[in-house]
Amino acid sequence: MPDYEPVLLRRVGKPGSQSIDGYIADGGYQALEKAVTTMTPEQVIDTVKSAGLRGRGGAGFPTGVKWTFLPKGHPGPIYLCVNGDESEPCTFNNRVLMEEDPHQFLEGVILTAYAVRAWVAYIYLRYEYGRSFRVLQQAIDDAYAKGYLGYDIFGKGFNLQVYLHRGAGAYICGEETGLIESLEGKRAWPRIKPPFPAVEGAFRKPTIVNNIETLACVTHIVQRGPDWFKSIGVPPDPKNPRDAGSYGPKLFNISGHVNKPGTIEAPLGITVRELIEKYGGGVWKGRKAKGAIPGGISMGIITEKEFDMPLDFNGPGKVACLGLGTGAVTVFDEETSIVDVLYNITRFFSHESCGQCTPCREGTGWMYKILDRIRRGQGRREDLQILDEVAKNIGIMPGTTICGLADGAGWPVKNAVQKFRDELEGYIKQGKKTTSLTLVGAH
Amino acid sequence: MSYLSEDLRQKILAYLPRYPSKQAVTLPALHLVQDELRCVPRQAIVEIADLLDLSPAEVHDTMTFYGFFREEEKPLGRTRLWVCRSLACALRGGEELLSDVCQKLNVKPGGTSADGKITVEFAECIGGCEGAPCVLINDEHRMNVTPDKVEGLLADLRQ
Ligand SMILES: Cc1cc2nc3c(=O)[nH]c(=O)nc-3n(C[C@H](O)[C@H](O)[C@H](O)COP(=O)(O)O)c2cc1C
Ligand code: SF4
Ligand code: FES
Repeated sequence: MPDYEPVLLRRVGKPGSQSIDGYIADGGYQALEKAVTTMTPEQVIDTVKSAGLRGRGGAGFPTGVKWTFLPKGHPGPIYLCVNGDESEPCTFNNRVLMEEDPHQFLEGVILTAYAVRAWVAYIYLRYEYGRSFRVLQQAIDDAYAKGYLGYDIFGKGFNLQVYLHRGAGAYICGEETGLIESLEGKRAWPRIKPPFPAVEGAFRKPTIVNNIETLACVTHIVQRGPDWFKSIGVPPDPKNPRDAGSYGPKLFNISGHVNKPGTIEAPLGITVRELIEKYGGGVWKGRKAKGAIPGGISMGIITEKEFDMPLDFNGPGKVACLGLGTGAVTVFDEETSIVDVLYNITRFFSHESCGQCTPCREGTGWMYKILDRIRRGQGRREDLQILDEVAKNIGIMPGTTICGLADGAGWPVKNAVQKFRDELEGYIKQGKKTTSLTLVGAH
Repeated sequence: MSYLSEDLRQKILAYLPRYPSKQAVTLPALHLVQDELRCVPRQAIVEIADLLDLSPAEVHDTMTFYGFFREEEKPLGRTRLWVCRSLACALRGGEELLSDVCQKLNVKPGGTSADGKITVEFAECIGGCEGAPCVLINDEHRMNVTPDKVEGLLADLRQ
């Protein structure tokens, strides 16, 4: 593949990348002006739809299609909720976009609000992103001052208010209806769907929820056109009539046992191996990799042999993972115990389950307890069987829970039981014992 | 006489025009109060509820869902130091960092150093994984906190 020229990250790390004047000097807000002065909202929706943009927040739903689910001719208000909760472990690309190039993303927010006829956009930001909060607040203030926000934008009668809303440290606020409940001032208990937010969302009004990276892509689609977007990435699989393709650039995070952790931009479809070797500087300390999580811990676990899997919307499924997720790859080396990795992952989910559905609340707790006892040398012969059963029976897919947190909690466990069975069985048989909190591979 | 200062009450009320419901101001109000008072005292809950036309039980319900807010029995120290324990950090020494910090300050996660200056918390992924092990000082990341940097970090926070 010829070297790819970044688009979303093109201004990152340059002096003044956060300032509105710098952004305008680099051609910023031209897409907005073009849309508001020469296009109808429906034309903007059609543009995004024909680009084939799919949501970057984890589920990969086609963005333009989601926008058409709003009730036709609704008198308003319609709300846009921007999902800046980014709490999937090992994921940090939204942070980079907000901290380094806030106007690129903000322009996408304004364009989207224009397209879906929203008067108010709430950016729900996880509390931990204090720097993003301050950079974005400045960007929003500057956009008001220049007339890109507020009333009668470009003299076309388009009005928009944008507010930042800070979370309070709960992973479940990233689930779109948990986010809405939290915005409304309640506990972030996800809602049963349908109704979907496009029909009944924030404050019981039609609402569009989109991820930060998704909206940053919207800016470039309007600016450069759908054909440009479709020239990047992977077209639909002709053998699969339901595949919407994996078009466009994507941010990938690389972390864990690599020499150069960080955020990079590449076309969808890059393989895990390429990502690690070409951008991550290879596995650290001259070691080999044992495996990785392919897109946040909710998506499952892959072995080193599966590293040639392409990171597009179809690739992870071919190696029994849940999906592309957030595009965050975390590598663990050959000296890391899979028991430690699973212990860490199950602890996360048992801590973050919102507690609303019994299978999730109890199931995540059991999986953590079982991993804890295996780790301390008290594993039982039937434990892998129990883990597998619990993992396969909690979630939306088996139909036992309200939201997808439980699917994500089960996936890495069932992947590990299948893909690392020998190691897990060996550990239990030997009665190996880890008492320290330290992961073996940390040294 | 109200318990919350007039300034704090005005800051809370200033959020009302942003939302179509008063209840939506619950989280902003809790943040404002905790930032200033280092916890959310019971009387503050009553007064937030009063300002937002809610019952105190509703405010308390929301508040306690988020492990983030402290009741008056357990106020925060001057600085809140979050140490990440999730996977990317744990693979690079996050757990050792957490136990090292706790040992040096003689606290358990959640506790505050005897001088009242630092409250230590464990965090799930704080989105700074490229700089693992990573901590959050109130709401700002500090990255690559390797064992040799712990003393310096704590000295900064004690100043
Ligand atoms: C447990 C859980 C956590 C989620 N966390 C996030 C998140 O932090 N950020 C995000 O954009 N989407 C998250 N999502 C996905 C959202 O529900 C939603 O699909 C997404 O924000 C839609 O935006 P998109 O179509 O632009 O991707 C999460 C989903 C689940 C089930
Ligand atoms: S699946 Fe889990 S996190 Fe989702 S609503 Fe149910 S209990 Fe809450
Ligand atoms: S795992 Fe620690 S910051 Fe992400």
